[in-house]
Amino acid sequence: MSSLVLAHTRYLMIEQLRVPIGPLAGALFPAIAMLAFVVPFAGKDPVAATAATGSFMLFGAMSNALIGLSISVSQDREQPWNPYLRTLPAGPFPHFAGRILTVLAVMLVSVIPVLLVSAQFTEATITPVRLLLGVGVLVAVLVPFLLMGLFIGFTLSSKAAIAVSQIVFFPLGIVGGLLLPPQFMPDFLQTLSPYAPTRGAAELVWWATIGTRPGTVALVMLAVWTVVVAAAAVWAYRRDEGRRFS
Amino acid sequence: MTILARAIEVTRRYGDVLALDRLSLDIKAGELVGLLGPNGAGKSTLINLFVGLRRPTSGTVELLGGSPQDPAVRRGIGMTPQETGLPESLRVGEIVDIVSAHFPEKADKGELLERFGLSDLIRRQVGGLSGGQRRRLAVALAFAGRPRLVFLDEPTTGLDVEARRALWDGVRSFHEDGGTVLLTSHYLEEIEALAERVVVVGHGRVLADDTVRAVRDMVGVRRVSLVAEDLPDLPGVLGSERADGRVSLVTTDPDRLVVELVRSGVPFSGLEIRPTTLEEAFLAITSKEGAHV
Repeated sequence: MSSLVLAHTRYLMIEQLRVPIGPLAGALFPAIAMLAFVVPFAGKDPVAATAATGSFMLFGAMSNALIGLSISVSQDREQPWNPYLRTLPAGPFPHFAGRILTVLAVMLVSVIPVLLVSAQFTEATITPVRLLLGVGVLVAVLVPFLLMGLFIGFTLSSKAAIAVSQIVFFPLGIVGGLLLPPQFMPDFLQTLSPYAPTRGAAELVWWATIGTRPGTVALVMLAVWTVVVAAAAVWAYRRDEGRRFS
Repeated sequence: MTILARAIEVTRRYGDVLALDRLSLDIKAGELVGLLGPNGAGKSTLINLFVGLRRPTSGTVELLGGSPQDPAVRRGIGMTPQETGLPESLRVGEIVDIVSAHFPEKADKGELLERFGLSDLIRRQVGGLSGGQRRRLAVALAFAGRPRLVFLDEPTTGLDVEARRALWDGVRSFHEDGGTVLLTSHYLEEIEALAERVVVVGHGRVLADDTVRAVRDMVGVRRVSLVAEDLPDLPGVLGSERADGRVSLVTTDPDRLVVELVRSGVPFSGLEIRPTTLEEAFLAITSKEGAHV
């Protein structure tokens, strides 16, 4: 079974790397945004720059989880190749696992440009332990966004998934304080922010990288969001299975 | 002989649409069976049930003594993907690898590609293949896991004559080595060239299940169509239908039918006699209206 997961991961990785528009956008956009918004305004402040680096890494990782995953899952469902794979002697698991591993791998690569910009052009500092912890937390807090990507991918056509995932992605990033730190946001956004799943995720990343205490409301809401989108993703998966394979 | 695939009283509905209607069929080891039928006859649904993509609404489908839903059972089968869906950015060799990875017994990659005339293309991306090359790759994939039973859905659609014959040779040699084949095709010629047994499906049922020879004789059926108000009882009419003011009669003996028609003195116009396709003949035979129009 594990060798099959590897085989699927390998072919999906090759596919991603040969047409790397999605991964490139996911990698370059946050790095460019770093250069434009963080370097000139917070570059000299080690703590702010470090926190911003975490935020932009999360922002880029989220785009892979939410936009990248939803588009590839919905495209999979539209290609006759996908039902063909299901006639092979394996259940849906190896392909599914391969898809998730591919997103994670692409995500880990795509945060590198942000790290490089941060190291080159800002005063951000981090210990190796905190960096590792940060990357670990990054992967963990990505779970609700992966589930959101699955939900969108399993319910919508690929054209709709492209649009909807972007529409969901940007406001979530902004409300969660990823592009602009919470303290600089207008009042109503500051009130709203803890209820967004991105805020809880960001608080955990900041906790790992600069050691701030995460807010209770944001953490509880992150857990609530995770449970809700997990239920939605399971529902969407079952509905798709029922339509195409029953 | 061992039965490799079996459908027993299988019914399959998609919402209100009845795709298969209490259909029963056995495929025995070593057979090369042609499955014929018009679009919407239930061919694809039947194959989808055999390869485990769909479940019957009622009835039983067995594959290699087990359930097609069981991945381990599917190690013994091979299937052609639709060539339009092959991942564009993968190379020919990589596609064979990912498919082979699912099987305990793998066909030798070089030999497989050689057999389907793809050896020179092993490093070519699928996006750069011609339609015929994709088709051949799709068929080759059915053999990647050394199957006992292959399902070839329209294997040569869109291929030129030469490529089609090369592919037939590949299928024949698989069969000569003891392999079992279920083949669907629009081309009667293809079924004639390959199959020993022909199963015709229409309206979700088996309409005929016989040797190629017996079915070929049925192709001698002609369609006589004309404009007429009322027709008397005519001899040798297998089926009839009325559409847009024209009456179509399916018969094995058009000459006698026309003689009788003239003799009956009934006014008619626009007489046409043309060969039917096999599919048309079977559809007409099973049309629910009686011989008397």
